[in-house]
Amino acid sequence: MSRVGEGTYKLARPVVLMGAGTVVGPKESLGPLGKSFDRVKATDLEGAATWEKAECAFLAEAVETALRKAALDTADLDVLVGGDLLNQLISFNFAARNLGIPAIGLSSACATYAEGIGLLAILIDGGKVGKGAVVTSSHHDTAERQYRYPTELGVQRSPASQWTVTGAGAMVLSGGEAGVRITDVTFGRVIDHGLKDPNNMGAAMAPAAVDTIRRHLRGTRTTLADYDLVVTGDLGRHGLQLAGELLEQDGYRPGAKLVDCGVRIFDGVPDVDCGGSGAACSAVVFGGDLYPRLATGKLQRILFAGTGSLHSPLTFQQGETIPGIAHAVTVEGA
Amino acid sequence: MESYLIAFGVGGAMCALAQLVLDLGKLTPAVVMVLFVVLGALASGLGVYAPLVKFAGAGALVPLPGFGHALVQGVLEDVRAQGFLGIFTGGLRATAAGLKAGIVFGFLMAVIFRPRG
Amino acid sequence: MDSQTRETDEEHLNYRRRARQTEPKRPLARNLLVAFLVGGAICALGQGVFNFLLTVGYTPKTAAAPLSIIMVFLGSIFTGVGVYDRLGKLAGMGSALPVTGFANSITSAAMEARREGFILGLGARLFTIAGPVIVFGATTAFLVGIVFWAAGTLHR
Repeated sequence: MSRVGEGTYKLARPVVLMGAGTVVGPKESLGPLGKSFDRVKATDLEGAATWEKAECAFLAEAVETALRKAALDTADLDVLVGGDLLNQLISFNFAARNLGIPAIGLSSACATYAEGIGLLAILIDGGKVGKGAVVTSSHHDTAERQYRYPTELGVQRSPASQWTVTGAGAMVLSGGEAGVRITDVTFGRVIDHGLKDPNNMGAAMAPAAVDTIRRHLRGTRTTLADYDLVVTGDLGRHGLQLAGELLEQDGYRPGAKLVDCGVRIFDGVPDVDCGGSGAACSAVVFGGDLYPRLATGKLQRILFAGTGSLHSPLTFQQGETIPGIAHAVTVEGA
Repeated sequence: MESYLIAFGVGGAMCALAQLVLDLGKLTPAVVMVLFVVLGALASGLGVYAPLVKFAGAGALVPLPGFGHALVQGVLEDVRAQGFLGIFTGGLRATAAGLKAGIVFGFLMAVIFRPRG
Repeated sequence: MDSQTRETDEEHLNYRRRARQTEPKRPLARNLLVAFLVGGAICALGQGVFNFLLTVGYTPKTAAAPLSIIMVFLGSIFTGVGVYDRLGKLAGMGSALPVTGFANSITSAAMEARREGFILGLGARLFTIAGPVIVFGATTAFLVGIVFWAAGTLHR
C-alpha cells in the first residue's frame, strides 16, 4: 500500500469482495431495486420488541447472509468493521455481541459503509488481517426517534428531506486476486459550508462528496473517463444536483455517470421526498445492485463515495452548522 | 348550521395562518404551537379574544390560541376573586380539564397501543 | 472558533446561496388549503360537540372544559390507532394547531417512550413536545396577570 495523495491510498495488491448480504424493510422493496435484495422484511419490526432490537437483528442477518454467500463461517473472520446511526453504535455493537467476531465500531453516519470498506481493505492489504466483513444498518423508526420526533406525531415532511432506509448491508473482504476488488481508498475530510437545516442533509453533504471525489481522482491520477459510474451514498436528488454543479465548476463533466444510492433506492416510491438516506442506504445498494453488476462484468470500474451528515440533535439545537464527510473507494469488476 | 360554518371558517383560517408562519418562517411545528399559544394569551389580555370566542365558538376554543386564552382568563378571574395569589392559581386551574385529559388519555393510549412507525 | 472548513468565505456564501435557490420548495398554496380544510373540519367537529353540550345544560362558559376533554380524547385515540400521524403528514398545522394536535403530541411521545419503561420513559417524556406550549402559555398568562394586577383594573 502506498500513499498517493492527501488521504488517498493505492493498495499494493487488490482486496477481493467475497460476498454481500442485504436485508431491507417493506418500503425499500417497493423501489426499482426491490428484487435485488437478499431478504425483504414484511414489517419494520419483524416480531422484535422494539425498533432498536429489529435493526440489530437485521444487521446480524446481513452479516450471516454475506458469510453464507462467501461460504465462510463467523470463525473465519478476523474482524467485523462497521456501525450505524444510533448513539453508542448500539445496533452494531449489540449484534457483534452475539456474532462473536472481534469488532471495530466506526461512526461516520451514512458514510460508515464506505469508510469500513476502505479501512478493512487497507488492513487486509497491510497483511495484518486475513478476512473480515463490513456491515452497517439503519432503521427509519429508530432514526426518527433519535433525530426527529416520535413516530406517531403528525408532522409534515419537508420536500428537501430524505427517508431513512430500513435495513442492513454486509460485505465480506479478503486478500486475493480474482473477483470484484478494491484498488484505491480515499478517506474524507470533514467539510462544513455552514448549512443548518437538518431536513436538508443532501445539501450539507454534497461539498464533502465533491471534495473526496476530487482528491481521489487527483491522488489516483484518474479521470472520470476511467469510471463507468461515480456513485455517491445518500445525497438525495437535491444534494446530487448540487454535487454535479460543484464538480462542473471544477471543470469535470460527470453527466449521467454521477448517480446516488439514495435517489436510486426509492426511485418512484411515494413519500420519500428527495430519496433515501441512512447508513444502510449505500450498503444495500452497493451489495444488492452495484456488486452483482461488477461481478458479472456489466460494470468495469466504479468510484463509490459514501456520504455522511455528522450532526446530532444536540448540535442542531445549539445552533451548530452541519458538517459532512465522504469516504471513497475504487471498485473494479471481475 | 351557521355555527358550524363560522367555526369551520375561523378555525380553518387560524390553522392556515399557522401553516403560513410554519412554511415562510421554516419553523418546526413545536415552535409554531408555542407561538400561537402565546399570541392567544396576549390577544386574550388585550380583550380581543373573548369576542372571537363569542362569535366563533369552537372555531376559537379548539385551536391552541384558545388554550392561551383560557390560561389568561383563568388568571384574571382568580386575580379578581383573590388578588395577587390568583396570578399563580388561575392559569392552570382554568386549563386543568384539558391538561389532565391529555395526561390520562396519553398514558392510557401508550399502555394500550404500540407505535406503528 | 470558526466552525467552517478551509474554503474561502465567498465559496461558502456562494454555495449556501445556490443551495437555497435549488432547494425543493414547500407547496405553500396546497399546504394552506389543506391546513384550512382539515383545521376547519376539526373545529366544526368541535362545534358539534359544543352545540351538543349546550343542549344538555352547559352554558357557553362551562362547556369549554368538557369540550377540551372530548377533543383531547379524540386526538389521543386517533393517535393510538395510528391515524393522526397520517393526517398530520397531510395537513401540517391544520391538525397540529387544534387541541387534538396537542393531544397527539402528548400521546405520540408517551407511546414512543413506553418502551423505555413507565417512569423514566413514558412518565418523563410525555410532555417532550407539549411541554413548551404549557410553559410559554402559562408564563405569558402570568405576565398578563401581573400587568392587570399592577394596574388594579380588576379590583372594584
